[in-house]
Amino acid sequence: MRRLIQLLKTFTLWELLKGLQLTLRAFFMRKVTVQYPEEKTPQSSRFRGLHALRRYPNGEERCIACKLCEAVCPALAITIESEAHDDGTRRTTRYDIDLFKCVYCGFCEEACPVDAIVETRIFEYHMEERGENIMTKEKLLAVGDKHEATIAADRAEDAKYR
Amino acid sequence: MSGKRINLEVNGVTLEANPGQMLIEVTDKADIYIPRFCYHEKLSIAANCRMCLVEVEGANKPVPACSTPVAPDMKVHTRSAYAIAAQKATMEFLLINHPLDCPICDQGGECELQDLAMGYGRDVSRFAEGKRSVKDENLGPLVSTDMTRCIHCTRCVRFGEEIAGIQELGTMGRGEHMRISTYVAKTVDHELSGNIIDLCPVGALNNKPYRFAARAWEMEQRASIAPHDCVGSNIYAHVLRGMVKRVVPRPNEAVNETWLSDRDRFSYEGIYSKDRLKVPMVKENGVWQERSWEDALEHVALKLRQSGADIGALVSPSSTCEEAWLINRLFEHAGSAHLDSRLRRTDFHDQNNDPVYPSLGVPIAELEQQQGVLLIGSDLRCEAPILAHRLRKAALKGCKVAVVNAIDYPYLFPVADTHIVEADDWCATLAGLVVAAGGELPPAVAAKFELDPSGSVDYLKNAPSLILLGQMAQRHPAFGMLRYLSVVLAKLTGATLGYVTDGANTAGVSLAGVLPHRSVGGQPRSEVGDTVLSMRPKTLLLFNVESVTDLSDQIDRNAMRHAAETVVAFTPYAPDTLLDDADVLLPIGTWAETSGTFVNVAGLWQSFTGVANPVGLARPAWKVLRVLANLLKVPDTDYESSAAVLTEMREHCESVLMNNMPEFAPAESPLVERPAEISELEISLYQSDNIVRRATALQNTQQAANERPASFVSSPTEEVLSGG
Repeated sequence: MRRLIQLLKTFTLWELLKGLQLTLRAFFMRKVTVQYPEEKTPQSSRFRGLHALRRYPNGEERCIACKLCEAVCPALAITIESEAHDDGTRRTTRYDIDLFKCVYCGFCEEACPVDAIVETRIFEYHMEERGENIMTKEKLLAVGDKHEATIAADRAEDAKYR
Repeated sequence: MSGKRINLEVNGVTLEANPGQMLIEVTDKADIYIPRFCYHEKLSIAANCRMCLVEVEGANKPVPACSTPVAPDMKVHTRSAYAIAAQKATMEFLLINHPLDCPICDQGGECELQDLAMGYGRDVSRFAEGKRSVKDENLGPLVSTDMTRCIHCTRCVRFGEEIAGIQELGTMGRGEHMRISTYVAKTVDHELSGNIIDLCPVGALNNKPYRFAARAWEMEQRASIAPHDCVGSNIYAHVLRGMVKRVVPRPNEAVNETWLSDRDRFSYEGIYSKDRLKVPMVKENGVWQERSWEDALEHVALKLRQSGADIGALVSPSSTCEEAWLINRLFEHAGSAHLDSRLRRTDFHDQNNDPVYPSLGVPIAELEQQQGVLLIGSDLRCEAPILAHRLRKAALKGCKVAVVNAIDYPYLFPVADTHIVEADDWCATLAGLVVAAGGELPPAVAAKFELDPSGSVDYLKNAPSLILLGQMAQRHPAFGMLRYLSVVLAKLTGATLGYVTDGANTAGVSLAGVLPHRSVGGQPRSEVGDTVLSMRPKTLLLFNVESVTDLSDQIDRNAMRHAAETVVAFTPYAPDTLLDDADVLLPIGTWAETSGTFVNVAGLWQSFTGVANPVGLARPAWKVLRVLANLLKVPDTDYESSAAVLTEMREHCESVLMNNMPEFAPAESPLVERPAEISELEISLYQSDNIVRRATALQNTQQAANERPASFVSSPTEEVLSGG
């Protein structure tokens, strides 16, 4: 008897129809796929993406070359060189982040006493040539300058939890 | 060590102590830590920071451990709730006015206040009032100031009074208005002043050339030996990514205690001077061409082979033992004895009476125990600042120090007897002292001088006593006679004869046989070579010598240059003088980039390793010499390390004893009839060698600007002289 049923199922393509039934059900279900890049998922204000160096509203660099981010970085991705600036302040002459080494843990941002180094919401970036993975001071400041409004708003939103 | 030992109890542990010792000394020895800021074992006790408050049973309040003498059966608690409450209260007061700028403070990470605030500070300040801020001082190019950070421990003030001997910093005002300052606007100029950077427990006084360059935690600390004077101070080089960022002292009671001279501390800037030679270069038809090491060394080997035994070498007395040993091997193989390291000396008549290696005669620490010292032709503070400090300690303890010199240098300690006479008359003065001591001079010698027997050398008769021949005496045109008279005087009075030598390694270079008349370990050479004065070889090697500044004025450099077909310079730098004079330039590493050994003025062998990456293609000189020796087929020169070279050298030098007292025949001590000018004997503090001359910060100091090395200091006050 059981062999008869088995034979019947084989010739009526029963299993295939069962599978197609699931397909048909899914066909009419609500879609969850995000049509990236036309559509994007919502982002937390705490998102840790590409790094940026910020400035004070008067244009002065925030970074004071204390090197705490360099010390705390678990991936040793940050390299800083410093010297006394012309006006006697402590400034970096080099601030490099190697994006290949970085693990985006956000420790640098937490260590920073002046909120200079931050991780922004930017995650869409790529490198085409060797060496582009190094974010130099100029590149980091440029990112900061471009996105300062978002960065500041995000920090303000999160301030009460810190 | 007077009286009986007593017992006391600290935190329940019974400790032994000498009566009169302070509590903190006893606990430090027993590894029981009591927090402190103002206490320092080398300085007097001020007890003004109050951080070391501890509980003593029976006392009605907490007492400062640094100024409480131990008493029998005392019961002390350093970690009781009562003691910790007192320490925390002190810390709260200290932090009231201390700025919260640790992230930009160079002391951050190695700050005593920061460390102790972790243990004793509150996490939230109760102080809502305005913080104090203090105007910064300009203390010169070596020490940076952020006086707002000062916690008034007065270590720097006490250092000036007690160690340096000149009070450059002092306290002004009191209470809230107290500040540390120079009394009138002036820079800090003493040659040991860099030590206040180490003494300062906070970031108020800091290293100016190092300002903002690195952080304490990211540097590697590597031990080395200071290469600028004959003391061989022990140092740590702090290295970041292969570059020396600063130099700090490495405590060694037998040599430099915990101090370091400014010359040794700040000279590292010279390593990265702009005129560093980065590639081997060969001059072809008057045009400099860059070459590979291989080509350049083969070129040099060819020249040396062509010249046969007609080669000569001038070797810096700051070369390492290994370098000197290999140079000597090269020359013995070539059959030449024309090599010399006494570059600033001019009188070689009685070089056979030279000691095998010139030394202080006593260990450096024993300088403090001397009862009488006669200092001949020496500006000791310039020649060896650490020795001057030791001698000052002796003088304050009652040692009678007398000087024979042309200039009354400010020694900053009480000088018992001064003979300030023109350099020409030093011999006559010494001869007078010999007669005054009851000695007789051979008629041939006595006839040369007008003897003045009114002096006295009684201070030399109290053992232990020392006669020191300074660098100026050794450069004197009548050095032979000066030494002969010193030996006679030493024998008459029972004093030891000592030298303050040039460079870092005069002793080691002499032992390695870089002398025309002596080979390794002082063995006399069968054929005596030419000295630095008369040397005219076909191929001349300049080893770490910049022809103009490192040689005596008496050397006819032009004649030497014209006689030589090829001049090969082993040098870390390529100054214009060498570009003009030399035909081949081989870049060698400075002390920071090579391993080696210095024998200091007390005969102490101190080896060190390279601490920094070589600049450009520069290579350790011993390796360059070894390859050259291989190319020239000198047998048994396949050394694999500088330690192997050293072992071989030490085998030949083990039997050599520290002895400065040759047996003298007076006939061998002629008097050179050449007038001596003090200006040609003196070498300024920061001109002593090629690295120091390129250290920017040192060259910006007041001393470097002055023509005369030590004349920047006005006469010290009586109070300072008596040590009070």
